[in-house]
Amino acid sequence: MNALKNNLFKRQDLINYGLLAILLVLILPLTLDIFRLNLVGKYLSYAFVAVGLVLCWGYGGILSLGQGVFFGIGGYAMAMFLKLEASSPEATAIQSTPGIPDFMDWNQLTALPWFWEPFHSLGFTTLAILFVAPLFAFIVAVAMFKRRVGGVYFAIITQAIAAILTILIIGQQGYTGGVNGITDLRTLMGWDIRTDSAKYILYFFCVAMLFACLLLAHLVLKSKLGRLLVAIRDREDRVRFSGYDVSSFKIFVFCFAAMLSAIGGAMFTLQVGFMSPTLVGIVPSIEMVIFCALGGRLSIIGAVYGALLVNAAKTTMSEAFPELWLFAMGALFIGVVLAFPNGLAGLYQTLLQKVKERRAAAAAQKTPATPAIAPRNATSDPEPAQGIGVPSQS
Amino acid sequence: MEQKDFVLAVEGLSVSFDGFKAVNDLSFYVDEGEIRVIIGPNGAGKTTVLDLICGRTKATDGSIKFRNKELTRMKEHQIVHAGVGRKFQNPSIYEDLTVFENLELSFPRGHSVFGALTFRRDKQVIDKVTEVAEMIFLADLLHQRADLLSHGQKQWLEIGMLLIQDPALLMLDEPVAGMSVAERKKTAELLNRITRDRSVLVIEHDMQFVEDIAHRVTVLHQGRLLSEGSLERVKNDPKVVEVYLGH
Ligand SMILES: Nc1ncnc2c1ncn2[C@@H]1O[C@H](COP(=O)(O)OP(=O)(O)O)[C@@H](O)[C@H]1O
Ligand SMILES: [Mg+2]
Repeated sequence: MNALKNNLFKRQDLINYGLLAILLVLILPLTLDIFRLNLVGKYLSYAFVAVGLVLCWGYGGILSLGQGVFFGIGGYAMAMFLKLEASSPEATAIQSTPGIPDFMDWNQLTALPWFWEPFHSLGFTTLAILFVAPLFAFIVAVAMFKRRVGGVYFAIITQAIAAILTILIIGQQGYTGGVNGITDLRTLMGWDIRTDSAKYILYFFCVAMLFACLLLAHLVLKSKLGRLLVAIRDREDRVRFSGYDVSSFKIFVFCFAAMLSAIGGAMFTLQVGFMSPTLVGIVPSIEMVIFCALGGRLSIIGAVYGALLVNAAKTTMSEAFPELWLFAMGALFIGVVLAFPNGLAGLYQTLLQKVKERRAAAAAQKTPATPAIAPRNATSDPEPAQGIGVPSQS
Repeated sequence: MEQKDFVLAVEGLSVSFDGFKAVNDLSFYVDEGEIRVIIGPNGAGKTTVLDLICGRTKATDGSIKFRNKELTRMKEHQIVHAGVGRKFQNPSIYEDLTVFENLELSFPRGHSVFGALTFRRDKQVIDKVTEVAEMIFLADLLHQRADLLSHGQKQWLEIGMLLIQDPALLMLDEPVAGMSVAERKKTAELLNRITRDRSVLVIEHDMQFVEDIAHRVTVLHQGRLLSEGSLERVKNDPKVVEVYLGH
């Protein structure tokens, strides 16, 4: 009967989360200088998106090539708040219209646009970060999934949305800061976020938020909804005949992924100090899918490592050979998808399995007194296949 | 129309795929508690009829009433909740999930997003899943991934998924096709047990099997009703002999 219990955290889960926590909370902060640690914080902000993609794509089978849109919504919301704080009448006294963001002044705006007004409030901004992206995702998802648009068509449409939003942001310079984005962010409620100590605090805040999101995602995946997503990915048609309205689950998981992305976007703005359309469009959206694929699209922890590693490689490589990076990333993606469909997490899982088997074999040799049990352990263990297929299932 | 106790009333049902009429002005009625077998040559439109009833295909014309509820305008999951369950011709299960999880997903509780998030694997669920697993001969394989099952076991699992839904109308599309003789026997036993207190619509080619279970038989040919009645009557219908049983 014990095997039937649906344990929320298995021992291996706890170990995996523990290892990630040790890396992010102890090892990296103790070994890296603040400049590098701040970079790690930036990479981690992409990890939020990758975790969302694990649920949406890895489990639900919904490939979105437009997650940058939601990352951008969260990032811009945060940036708008910080920009308003940086644009007090005193700080902008030299402008022809003091009290509005500098780029508006350059674009001959003479008053703050109405939709900027509420971003004076941190409370509103927080709500906007959490809910605007899911709301937008909801509209897109209802329009698509209720009509049973899915697969490649959905991917292309999300891509188109990313392109449209980028063009919109760049085109509406006076309202959005255009191609430069929203820059020169300084303080959060009077607290200077550019200092080293602030960067440390923001890094740890980002790590804490990431773990909160991992926990939420973990709970979703461990609920029946997680197993339902797998079923939908495999046989969407059949799920309807088990009595489920498939579209509502797709809508849910897409909105959830959008919310995670938006939180990531806000973390980006806080730590990097600007937000721009280059983080919203097609290329970053595809990169985010690659983080997820490399880390393992069935593992939320794997997605975090994927985001860290690909970005670390990108920084290192694009410092040395900027032109080569895109090709390298493309090759990496194709290689991973072909050779390790479950990414790093899949490799890790296989490795753990091997270690386990070897231990079992060793234990069997040490205790020849119980030969009846030993062969059973060695031969009739169906675990490997299960472990590789759906790492966090069963 | 007189209001008899039909569990299913199909009237004037038609569907055309790009002008090809797969089902053509079909009417038939199934009584409560009846086991009805649909037979007919390949391509006669049998599977399409089940598709129409369970909402997978939308009818071009006609009506399907399940206990006086019009099904043609309902969504697939609503039809399931109304009490119609369907087994597909090819075993159609969730291969990446375990046997237990396959059955659990079919348990009729927590079908909304919120319901699925807060669904608890309590004693009621575990007991029901275990009970059904025993019926479908898979009690020892509860934690096996479904893609590792044999073809026959997959068919049983899908039947089990239906049983857990406890539908008032059970529709089975060639439930013993592709099974070994031994599996066939076990399946016939199983079907005999589960069809007792519900209405059943079965498509089957195996004549022995039809003889064993059918109350009445409906013969389809080119999307139309060719003949209907007891197996004895249908067998001796010259029209049927000509197109179906004769060769
Ligand atoms: N979705 C569809 N689109 C086009 N043609 C279809 C579709 N479904 C079934 N058909 C056609 O309808 C006919 C009846 O098919 P089917 O109901 O599967 O027959 P049966 O189950 O009696 O062997 C076949 O000729 C088949 O090709
Ligand atoms: Mg058929």
